[in-house]
Amino acid sequence: MQFWLTLLVVLLVAGGLFYTGRSRAFAITGGDATVLHSKPEFHGGMVLIAGLLPAIFVYVAWLVFYRYFADSSVTAQLATELSGLTALEQESFLRGAFNLANGQNVGNVSDAELKAIEAYRAFNGAANLILQLVLAALVLGGGFLAWRQISISFRARQFVEGTVSVALIAASGVAILTTLGIVLSLIFESLNFFQKVPFFDFLFGTHWSPQSAFEGAGSEASERNSEVFGAIPIFAGTLLITTIAILVAAPIGLMSAIYLSDYATPKFRAVAKPILEILAGIPTVVYGFFAALTVAPFFRNAGEGIGLSVSSESALAAGLVMGIMIIPFVSSLSDDVINSVPQSLRDGSSGLGATKSETIRRVILPAALPGIVSALMLAISRAIGETMIVVMAAGLSANLTINPLEAVTTVTVQIVTLLVGDQEFDSAKTLAAFALGLVLFCVTLMLNVIALRVIQKYREQYD
Amino acid sequence: MSVATDLKQPEAQPSPESVKMAGRNVSVFYGEKQALFDVDLDIVENQVVSLIGPSGCGKSTFLRCLNRMNDTIDICRVGGEITLDGQDIYDKAIDVVELRARVGMVFQKPNPFPKSIYENVAYGPRIHGMTSTKDELDEIVTTSLRRAGLWEEVKDRLDQPGTGLSGGQQQRLCIARAIATKPEVLLMDEPCSALDPIATAIIEELIDELRERFTIVIVTHSMQQAARVSQKTAFFHLGKLIEEGPTEQIFTNPHHQKTQDYITGRIG
Repeated sequence: MQFWLTLLVVLLVAGGLFYTGRSRAFAITGGDATVLHSKPEFHGGMVLIAGLLPAIFVYVAWLVFYRYFADSSVTAQLATELSGLTALEQESFLRGAFNLANGQNVGNVSDAELKAIEAYRAFNGAANLILQLVLAALVLGGGFLAWRQISISFRARQFVEGTVSVALIAASGVAILTTLGIVLSLIFESLNFFQKVPFFDFLFGTHWSPQSAFEGAGSEASERNSEVFGAIPIFAGTLLITTIAILVAAPIGLMSAIYLSDYATPKFRAVAKPILEILAGIPTVVYGFFAALTVAPFFRNAGEGIGLSVSSESALAAGLVMGIMIIPFVSSLSDDVINSVPQSLRDGSSGLGATKSETIRRVILPAALPGIVSALMLAISRAIGETMIVVMAAGLSANLTINPLEAVTTVTVQIVTLLVGDQEFDSAKTLAAFALGLVLFCVTLMLNVIALRVIQKYREQYD
Repeated sequence: MSVATDLKQPEAQPSPESVKMAGRNVSVFYGEKQALFDVDLDIVENQVVSLIGPSGCGKSTFLRCLNRMNDTIDICRVGGEITLDGQDIYDKAIDVVELRARVGMVFQKPNPFPKSIYENVAYGPRIHGMTSTKDELDEIVTTSLRRAGLWEEVKDRLDQPGTGLSGGQQQRLCIARAIATKPEVLLMDEPCSALDPIATAIIEELIDELRERFTIVIVTHSMQQAARVSQKTAFFHLGKLIEEGPTEQIFTNPHHQKTQDYITGRIG
């Protein structure tokens, strides 16, 4: 209720500011708005921005620092009651009192807590009043200052557009800073891990069984630790499954893209393309059932029929189903790229007496190559990051093998199993997940860089 | 397969000529809409024929019938008969791929392939298997580029992308690409409309030289260009062939009122 009321007030204030600025701009022209440097809407927008933006900043700052102010105010009032407690106890006491003050009643309340609750409520009341006054003053003051600026030659458009471009910069800044934050947290947690397990033992070790890391407690555990965190088998597993998936998806996807763009009638294409794209919409866990319950048993039976021993959870089943999952990434994007090759090139080629297939092979595919590469790269990243199908169809055992008929596991699956369940957060087992994440990140980053280079190289030549 | 059929001998032409291509009652429909009405036109060997007329008059449509480029448009139907050396090109026995190798085409907008200059010119000979050794291919590429008047400008950078050339150079590259397959007839669909006057002058000179080896049909919007490069001119209006004849006569003494109106700028 209170939220909606606040929203309504904000909207009304915004509308009022905009209207005031706009009508003042109209008023000073005496009826002919064309003499204004900026359109009246920009004047309205300027008043709106000048009124609301500072208030929004102050409010956000208040939200960030509110607890700090509240806690220090209460601590000062309850100096005597808190003096006997350690810092940790003080913190927990304040947290309890704060929750109680906000209406979460739990059991009996001691005198000291009662006092703290009172103090919190008093602080809240006073602070809210002050905050509301400050916000109102900011809105009115900012709005008034901007309102006074309005004149025929005032450059309100530049002001509004400048603000918008700052907002755009801030938006891209959020994306960049988030990425940076994730990478930094990965790096720091991984550094913790590498203090427990040597870097090279992790990167080049061939034995992966982190679940057995702490069987023997005590000092000898750390020696055994480094031997069970060898990441080679799971990266090999990822590589194996991804390779199988791409071997399935690249030819099928590319060929269906060529059919859709150059051979299919427009009617058929209009129906077939959305259907192919539905494949991308199926939840991966459903693909997982399919792989584990249909494809894997089929391979096992087929393998027995010709005398091969196929594990019931095999890399082949998982890779095949994953390949089917990523077909639409390849086909849909490649189809768009192939379609965007200009008709004049097709005409030019057939005008020289080339057949349709010669035209496609020698002119269209080379011209569309950068786009096809980026479609494949997207498909590969999708395959590397896929978890569910592998959990269900390829198993959890980290075998170091290139035989696609055996069970393998992948990096993402291992990250999940490391972090699921009751864990100490600073144990080597948990931190290993961050190290795996970091290495995986580096691998995909490298792939992306290579793909970008390929695309650039051909762009330079062909544009 | 050179059948000399001296059917029509225009009085103004003293020397004997052989008709390379001929259209009889050519009609073209795009779906319900008829774009060409019963066009009769002879294209004489080693001559330049220019097709002129206002926009939408069917001149490009007729040109595209000559190597069956209209086949790529689903709703397009062609009626009547078009012959190359006396043979109907819409006959079922004719392989359209072979036809297009014999009747090459240069388009309005330069459309070099995203390949090197060398590969652009070598494209046709490669797909038709015209050469067996690298030397022969080199020879064809060199000759074609020379004939297209581009050799001096690109001989040091044959491995550079063809798309990096200027507009006029690109169009000459497309001409070199078309003549590399050794066609008998060369169709040009407003080859200079995207070019500046200097590049246009170079290409017009080139067309005049190419006439010795090829039969050329050119669609153009510029009457000056038609007058400069062609021996024979055909004027199209609203899908009908209004008048055809020696270029000089069409521009100085047209028989038909509509032709007169067009060349003096009253319609079009």
